[in-house]
Amino acid sequence: MLRLEKRPNPSRFWLYATPVVAVLLTMIAGGLLFAAMGKNPFEVIRTIFWDPIFGQFAFYLRGQLLVKAGPLILIAIGLALGFRAGIWNIGAEGQYIIGAICAAAVGLAAYPTESRWIFPAMVIAGAFGGWAWAMIPAILKTRFNTNEILVSLMLVYVAETIVAKAATGFLKNPEGMGFPGSRNLSTFPATANPELFAGSGLHWGGVTALVMAILAWVLLSRHILGFQIRLAGQAPRAARFNGVNPNRLVMLCMGASGALAGLAGMFEVTGPAGQITIDFGTGYGFTAIIVAFLGRLNPLGIVLAGFIMALTYVGGEMASTNLGLPDAAIQVFQGMLLFFLLGVDMLTNYRIRLRAAGTTVKGAL
Amino acid sequence: MDFGGINPVTLIATLMVTSVPILLAALGEAVVERSGVLNLGVEGMMILGAIGGFITAVQTGSPVLGFLGGALAGAVLSAIFALLTQVFLANQVATGLALTLFGLGVSSLAGQGYNGIKPPATGKVPFGPLADIPVLGPILFGHDWVVYFSLAMVAAIWWVLRSTRAGLILRAVGENHDAAHALGYRVNRIRLLAILFGGAMAGMGGAYVSLVRVPQWTDGITAGAGWIALAIVVFASWRPWRVLIGAYLFGGISVLQLNLQAAGSAIPVEYLSMAPYLITILVLVVISSGKGKAATGAPAELGHNFHASR
Repeated sequence: MLRLEKRPNPSRFWLYATPVVAVLLTMIAGGLLFAAMGKNPFEVIRTIFWDPIFGQFAFYLRGQLLVKAGPLILIAIGLALGFRAGIWNIGAEGQYIIGAICAAAVGLAAYPTESRWIFPAMVIAGAFGGWAWAMIPAILKTRFNTNEILVSLMLVYVAETIVAKAATGFLKNPEGMGFPGSRNLSTFPATANPELFAGSGLHWGGVTALVMAILAWVLLSRHILGFQIRLAGQAPRAARFNGVNPNRLVMLCMGASGALAGLAGMFEVTGPAGQITIDFGTGYGFTAIIVAFLGRLNPLGIVLAGFIMALTYVGGEMASTNLGLPDAAIQVFQGMLLFFLLGVDMLTNYRIRLRAAGTTVKGAL
Repeated sequence: MDFGGINPVTLIATLMVTSVPILLAALGEAVVERSGVLNLGVEGMMILGAIGGFITAVQTGSPVLGFLGGALAGAVLSAIFALLTQVFLANQVATGLALTLFGLGVSSLAGQGYNGIKPPATGKVPFGPLADIPVLGPILFGHDWVVYFSLAMVAAIWWVLRSTRAGLILRAVGENHDAAHALGYRVNRIRLLAILFGGAMAGMGGAYVSLVRVPQWTDGITAGAGWIALAIVVFASWRPWRVLIGAYLFGGISVLQLNLQAAGSAIPVEYLSMAPYLITILVLVVISSGKGKAATGAPAELGHNFHASR
């Protein structure tokens, strides 16, 4: 009979080993899934995890990795701050969309002027849009004690209707011959967010993501606010005795994650996406939740996790075009990864002990 | 008797049908939460139930088996949640989110090749001449069996929670798992059963969307109904009859908004279709304002995992 025994302190070994084990388990389970779908599992896994980095088209796909990883990392860092403090902002997708709309609105309002101040103004507008959208659940939480999980999620659906309205109404390209979608921001020098080095895939969003990862790491490990965030998550009562104001933390964490998600949306709409479309939200805000957990809610871990998740996107697209693997299979794959991660995570806080049968205390399960 | 092109009798009869998916899912989730478990994966279980039920119904040609298949699909997905949170003691919020992401993916994978197919129809219960009574007929006697089943479940859950030993144990586990454990109850096993029940109810609710409400299969067909069900549980203060009120209120708003769209109201369609979500937020604010956790009726152990150290 196996039983769990709580460790006095979390295991440092398993803290780092968990993500690795989870990725390996996901590869095995995913391989079984792909085999069940009649694909060669080894070929699929190789296409997803190996080819984008070392394969024939790696020169192009490596850049794509950065394009996908940038927004994921940026959003996940913000989410991790909140998750650490026990504040669950799961509406990053909505904040991402609203950030993009605000940024695009500023850029389009300035069209066709050419000024180097337009892009910075759009950056500010994007961050502000995401921040403001996240402030709705934050204020409702602090003022009325409303559940931030449900409110932030409901606002994703609201944001999706707004972006549909924007693409067909107030941000629609007047020269678009009636097709939905805004002007293409990436084709105008003042509003474009181009690759900084040709073929690298690195645009200002990627740079921002890396800078934010470092800032967040410093904040969490070296700053009193980071200490308060961690304390509030691990021991809310102790945090209160320590003078931590929970409402202030909610506003700060929600605001920061909203602003970062808005920034991600801004860099996306000016760069890879180029324009506001009806289906602008592609689920980065939800995948970033997986990235945050895969990175162990640690900013530097999140950078690594962002690249692994980007691999599943880029490699998944390859597998879909070359091997006919449905897109949904990748979604399943990503969901499985989070399951394994959460399951294996038990080993960080508990150890498994063998116990002789018959000594079970009644009800000890 | 029309108000702005909307007939109140038809409105009530339609909202009873519209509310069934969220009513079933919210009832199941209320039981789960009364046992102290917060399963945020309702949306995932619903959509898996929607495709599971759809496939079963199309393959067997029987809508009744379809609903059973949907319930089974929801229960299977909730078993993963139970395994992770009750055995591996994983964080319930994160696991619930994972369940939703996973369920959306699996359903879209399983649903390939089922687009554009019409499922076998679920007929109305034949009440004979009763259905022809004006006003009361369409409201009370004009529905399929699942509508009546959902109403019966409200009463059954209310009765079990209030007046039976099983209900008392379930509530004890949800209010104070250490005390329940000390009394000799298997906390995690009871919660496991509650989670499976919640999964089956959510799955059945999802099956109602794809088999009756829409009725066909498209990706993301539940469109946030699972999250609204979660909100309704909070609105209802975890009580079955209030879940019914919440679900019908919400169903009423959805129907009204669709009717206004169809009647060509001056309000743009986009703003009407975001109304259900905005109203849910508004209701949550009203319910939760000015009251502590105890006053809202939330189970004391909601979201806390149990691990017996002795």
